[in-house]
Amino acid sequence: MFDSVDLTLVDWSRAQFALTAIYHWLFVPLTLGLSFIIAIMETIYVKTGSEEWKRITRFWMTLFGINFAIGIATGIILEFEFGTNWSNYSWFVGDIFGAPLAIEGILAFFLESTFVAVMFFGWNKVSKKFHLASTWLVAVGANLSALWILVANAWMQNPVGMVFNPETARNEMVSFWKVLFNDVAVSKFLHTISSGFLLASMFVIGISAWYLLSKREYFLAKRSILIAGIFGLLSSLLVAYTGDTSAKTLSKAQPVKFAAFEALYEGKQNAGLVVLGVLKGSDKKIGEKEVNDFAFRIEIPGFLSLMTEGDKDSFVPGIKDLVNGNASRGILSVSEKIERGKKARDLLIEFKEAKQNNDSQKAEGISGMFREKKFIDDYFRYFGYAFLGKPEEVIPNVKTSFYTFHLMVMLGFYFILVFILALFFLYRGTLLKNKWFLWVALCSILLPYVAGELGWVLAEMGRQPWIIQDLMPVSAAVSQISSGTVITTFILFAVLFTVLLIAEISIMIKQIKLGPKY
Amino acid sequence: MNPVSSAMNRLLRFYYDGFRSMSWWGKRVWVIILIKLFVIFLILKLFFFQDFLSRKYSSDEQKSEYVLDQLINSK
Repeated sequence: MFDSVDLTLVDWSRAQFALTAIYHWLFVPLTLGLSFIIAIMETIYVKTGSEEWKRITRFWMTLFGINFAIGIATGIILEFEFGTNWSNYSWFVGDIFGAPLAIEGILAFFLESTFVAVMFFGWNKVSKKFHLASTWLVAVGANLSALWILVANAWMQNPVGMVFNPETARNEMVSFWKVLFNDVAVSKFLHTISSGFLLASMFVIGISAWYLLSKREYFLAKRSILIAGIFGLLSSLLVAYTGDTSAKTLSKAQPVKFAAFEALYEGKQNAGLVVLGVLKGSDKKIGEKEVNDFAFRIEIPGFLSLMTEGDKDSFVPGIKDLVNGNASRGILSVSEKIERGKKARDLLIEFKEAKQNNDSQKAEGISGMFREKKFIDDYFRYFGYAFLGKPEEVIPNVKTSFYTFHLMVMLGFYFILVFILALFFLYRGTLLKNKWFLWVALCSILLPYVAGELGWVLAEMGRQPWIIQDLMPVSAAVSQISSGTVITTFILFAVLFTVLLIAEISIMIKQIKLGPKY
Repeated sequence: MNPVSSAMNRLLRFYYDGFRSMSWWGKRVWVIILIKLFVIFLILKLFFFQDFLSRKYSSDEQKSEYVLDQLINSK
């Protein structure tokens, strides 16, 4: 590790980033999903010419507008933090982050200044079809905007499509398409936006349930439940499917993270998927880290192997295999990876010395090596391991990974059930008789937010100790600034975001109580 | 009036009318947006979130050298 690394600084910088990202993600998913629900409702209005559908569309558009406006620019703070708190990382990632974030910025600017304005100001001023097209473009644009952020994040989970340039100490993109169609990016994008669709559907159903419980706005509530029920059910099935593909991808790109999800320490064939489990400590250790045992578990035999390789007899490596290595399965030990990472770093030291000695021929030769596939595959891909002190440092917090993963999955299945019940009671015309369900729907509004945040905690904490998988640990990424500054801005953010959240919730509740007034 | 000026006029009129006829929640969220942008860009960015490398070094070469040192100066 760095001689001068201040762990308080690293921890506060991480906490600040987590706080900002968690708050930002309170606003984003509703925008992603509600924009499509509004577009579907407006399409029905344009097709049928029914003023009731116009009223429904405008009501949900109002709530979309409140959320959209309050959420604007909360993400920009994350970019500030990259430059201030994570300068080594920001420089090291080079244009890999720059290109997607620039596209996102341009897209967001044009989207927000044009089509959102038409959505809100354009009723009765532009043609119905142009207005409808604008609404759809906002929905597509908002989701495409999310694509670029998720592509950048996916690269941190699975860095591909770049070479490292020792001259600039930056990674340079050599294949935009590899970065864009990175396996992790594809599954992450689909999983994330579908979870936003699910969240918005639950939001619409929950508020509609409140109207039904309050004995008002029956038409709006029932029609909204119909649209959100269908959209939510399809989205929740997509969430489950993309969750499965994400798990497959992670088992290849981030096997330690994947094993931590399941608290799988010993690799095995016919590995079972834990449906429900409780972890406890044990006297066993990997290095200095305690191994968790199960106090209780229910598992589906062979399902984990089936999920990862499509064959229940396939071998799923456990944390021990991945740390200590397993020669018979072709798995390198972390100690070996540390050695290889150090060789890559030693070459970087030689490069610097050659530059200092004006030995340009040697410097160019070393620079060329960093572009060779064999060197990248055998050494540079383990560059981050050179910063590790002990092999067990690659193990993330297993309890956090296990519980966040299983709670998220359980909530996912709960949402499917809620959407099925909503459509069933609507179809049978018994929604009003089943008040218990209306209360369940109302109380469930918050749960997709919980599931979404758990997903991010899992993605980011499960990747630890890495900020960029295998290439850079968080401790090497942080800027050498005072932890006092980070603590001050942490408190400022906590206050700012809490005020924004209270503002959003109070404006939204007031508007919901007012109901549609068009 | 030429077609470009006419289109520009209509566009400005569109935004002007939109803002004028804004509902209570629209006005309120605009106030929040403006306060938020002020806090983010004029307080946080200026006083707390200066770019670390740009503050220390003026050229890309110096920044590269600094990060390279950070990458190789480990135990």
